[in-house]
Amino acid sequence: MDLQSFFQNLLNALQWGSFYALIALGYTLVYGVLLLINFAHGDIFMVGAYISFFIATFFLGQYAFALPMALPNTAIFAITLVLTMMITAGFGVTLERVAYRPLRRKGASRLYVVITALMCGLILENGNLALLGANRRSFPELLNNTVHVIGGVSVSSVKILVIITTIVVFLLLETIVRKTKLGMAMRAISYDRMAVPLMGIPVDTVIVFTFALGSSMAALAGVLFATAYPVLEPYMGALVGWKAFIAAVLGGIGEIRGAFVGGFLLGFVEIFVAAFFPSTLRDLIAFSILLIFLSVKPTGIFGVARTTKI
Amino acid sequence: MSLLEIRNMTRFFGGLRAVYDFNLRLEGGELLGLIGPNGAGKTTVFNLVSGFYEPSDGEILFEGKNTAGLRPHQVTGLGMARTFQNIRLWNSLTVFDNLCISQHYHLGYGLWDTVLKTHAYRQSEQRVKKTADRLLETLGLSHYAREYPKNLPYGLQRRLEIGRALSLQPKLLLLDEPAAGMNPGEVEDLIELIRWIRKEFKVTIWLIEHHMRVVMSVCEQIKVLDFGETIGEGTPEQIKKNRRVIQAYLGDEEPIHDA
Amino acid sequence: MRRFTSVSLYGLLCVLLIAAAQGQWIDAYVQIIIMFIGINIILSTSLNLINGYMGEFSVGHAGFMAVGAYITSVLNVWFFTSSKVFGPPLLTPSSAVYLFPVTLLLGGVGAALVGLLVAVPSFRTRGDYLAIITLAVNYIVKSSIENIQAIGGARGFMGMQNTVNSMKESWNLPWALVWVLVMVGATIWTIYRFVNSTYGKGIIAVRDDEIAAEIMSVDTQRMKLVAFMLSSGLAGIAGGLFAHVLGYINPGTFTIMKSTEVLVMVYLGGMGSLSGSVLSAIALTLVLELFRPLQVAKWVVVPLLLILLMLFRPEGFLGHRELSDVFPRLRRWFSPQERQS
Repeated sequence: MDLQSFFQNLLNALQWGSFYALIALGYTLVYGVLLLINFAHGDIFMVGAYISFFIATFFLGQYAFALPMALPNTAIFAITLVLTMMITAGFGVTLERVAYRPLRRKGASRLYVVITALMCGLILENGNLALLGANRRSFPELLNNTVHVIGGVSVSSVKILVIITTIVVFLLLETIVRKTKLGMAMRAISYDRMAVPLMGIPVDTVIVFTFALGSSMAALAGVLFATAYPVLEPYMGALVGWKAFIAAVLGGIGEIRGAFVGGFLLGFVEIFVAAFFPSTLRDLIAFSILLIFLSVKPTGIFGVARTTKI
Repeated sequence: MSLLEIRNMTRFFGGLRAVYDFNLRLEGGELLGLIGPNGAGKTTVFNLVSGFYEPSDGEILFEGKNTAGLRPHQVTGLGMARTFQNIRLWNSLTVFDNLCISQHYHLGYGLWDTVLKTHAYRQSEQRVKKTADRLLETLGLSHYAREYPKNLPYGLQRRLEIGRALSLQPKLLLLDEPAAGMNPGEVEDLIELIRWIRKEFKVTIWLIEHHMRVVMSVCEQIKVLDFGETIGEGTPEQIKKNRRVIQAYLGDEEPIHDA
Repeated sequence: MRRFTSVSLYGLLCVLLIAAAQGQWIDAYVQIIIMFIGINIILSTSLNLINGYMGEFSVGHAGFMAVGAYITSVLNVWFFTSSKVFGPPLLTPSSAVYLFPVTLLLGGVGAALVGLLVAVPSFRTRGDYLAIITLAVNYIVKSSIENIQAIGGARGFMGMQNTVNSMKESWNLPWALVWVLVMVGATIWTIYRFVNSTYGKGIIAVRDDEIAAEIMSVDTQRMKLVAFMLSSGLAGIAGGLFAHVLGYINPGTFTIMKSTEVLVMVYLGGMGSLSGSVLSAIALTLVLELFRPLQVAKWVVVPLLLILLMLFRPEGFLGHRELSDVFPRLRRWFSPQERQS
């Protein structure tokens, strides 16, 4: 591989890693607080992408009731992004309310909650398929995707946007979790589930906040993904969601740093594997890495093992 | 050859020295007590001996056989059974099954024997069930054979756990705080039970206990641990007078000087 | 004589069904439904061994099924039929009658070996992490098959119908049905014997308290190995049967959706309940058949069913109980030997 294609692959890897990292965040945040693997999270990403599609097409005036004045595309993109993140956050919180909280209240075994999460994911995928049909939708082009060629490497503005957004989000989240009261409550819960409510911390508020945060990150990933790869279909969240989950596990689930490191790591591995091997092997290799990692070091890169006492 | 010999056993958890230079020799037939303040490393000693942890240094010989590298079930299979600090019975299996499954090591048959109901299978099942039945009877638990352990009163759960250990016909019985959480009446029963087991089953007993009434009335020899180190050993009378032991339990004898 | 009652009852049922199929009293559609019920019984009881009796959470059962399906199919097409992929048959097509069960078992063995991929990590990992491993194995199997062009890749594999036909030619019986019935009987027998022996109850001890089990002389690693390999092996046999009932398989059949279907059966019937798994396999196969016109919506209804189940009756129909515990009178049909004193 020459230097030129190396940098091209590097850029692609960074972009894919960004998507994985953003989605992995949702897994990691929820796991940190609830010790629950929210298997429906990949489909929340899909829901986010669809919501953004409908919002964007609405503002572009593709429906019967359009806005009186036409907005510039960049403004539409900004509005779409913000609205999508808000609505998807609400969606994630609703999911928690409807599906997970009743089980938690009943003190059901953690396994049942995991099964419920898996089933919620299937319902979202197939519900979408049943409701909106199997035809793919193409996301409107809102941003001018200018491509600069620097030293033989083509750098598109969308790619740069994706990567920079992810880095900013990482810094922002680290600050939220380390510096704000809610963030500290989140960390406290992951340390000691029993003591936190006794200390007067409103656990449910923290959980709602966590789901809102995770879902809005998935929505962000959804909008960016739709901008970069403008084809939407009901199962788009399934595989990407799984990959993001692999990323979260690689980094050590429950750790924000882990989600980012894992996301980029997986992005690199996939892109560079695809550069040398047929691309049909990509999923196979990703899942094999997961299998090996889980068997050898289940706690991931940053995770800490919990010991059992007898 | 001694029953159990422990030489210079040491265990670190990261930087923490949980057990340091622990030595012991049991010839067989003793009733030894292991005491010490909370966090002294007593249960760690048991976990090391039963193979749940590997010692960082030193060796454990059971009947002359080094137990290094053996998995816990193999160590137990050599003839060393134990109970747990907080009762760990199998709660969705009946009392009877609890006593059968603990004999797993001595079953001597496999999957295909169960499917084909071979001779080995029938014989082994018969033997296992006989042992369990006999134990239930001697421990006075026959009445509860089809009951689930979690429905038993606390004292009987302890008794069942000891019975489960005995079902392996061990040469050495390790009891980890058998009196924990018992009321005074149950403690008296336990003292009786331990003495009786020793006579009836001719088994060497090594127990960890906080309850001084139990330790002082049952044990012939006592070993005291503090911060992983052995700070005293001897008969109950000697231990009662041992200055270092008193220090570890009650603090320094010197009066506290006010500032 | 009583102790053979349940076995002879099942034998009678089998003879009746085969006779009915042979005499054309039940049409091909009903036969296929019966065979699917049988396959689902094998799948749900074998998964119950892991998820119910051993208390682990496997969500990749379809992966093992796929391994068995492909191995058995490839062997049969290769040995007994002339196909584009493998050319003329290696053996005479008439020998299929005798060698078909061997290929089924080989499929099971293959699946059991793939089961090692889950069994070995299970020594160190439990709970949701192990669940992910099973899922990863499911994906790995599917993805591997898709990448092997020799057996059709993502397009699928066919030609198994020829084997069934050539078996029929040498001996006119509904062979697919016969082998489904035989394997259902063998599966239930094996699992029943296993979980009712002191040896097999070791896996229940692992579920209740793994540390106590290991320290009380149960070789927990061996028990996990046995349970996972038995379970995945039986799933492989179910896969082999499935391939020969349908006559066509493709990797897309063996996804997490199929695994979910089996999961629903296990949880509906109740964890750790053999008769529950059998009943729910029958019930759910029929219900799913009824839902078939719903198409995609079926896959909204089934997960929803499971969610409601988790919420309102997490123990299923018969959680950790058998039919004979609920209706003690049934017990006289079973051998009394296991329920001593």
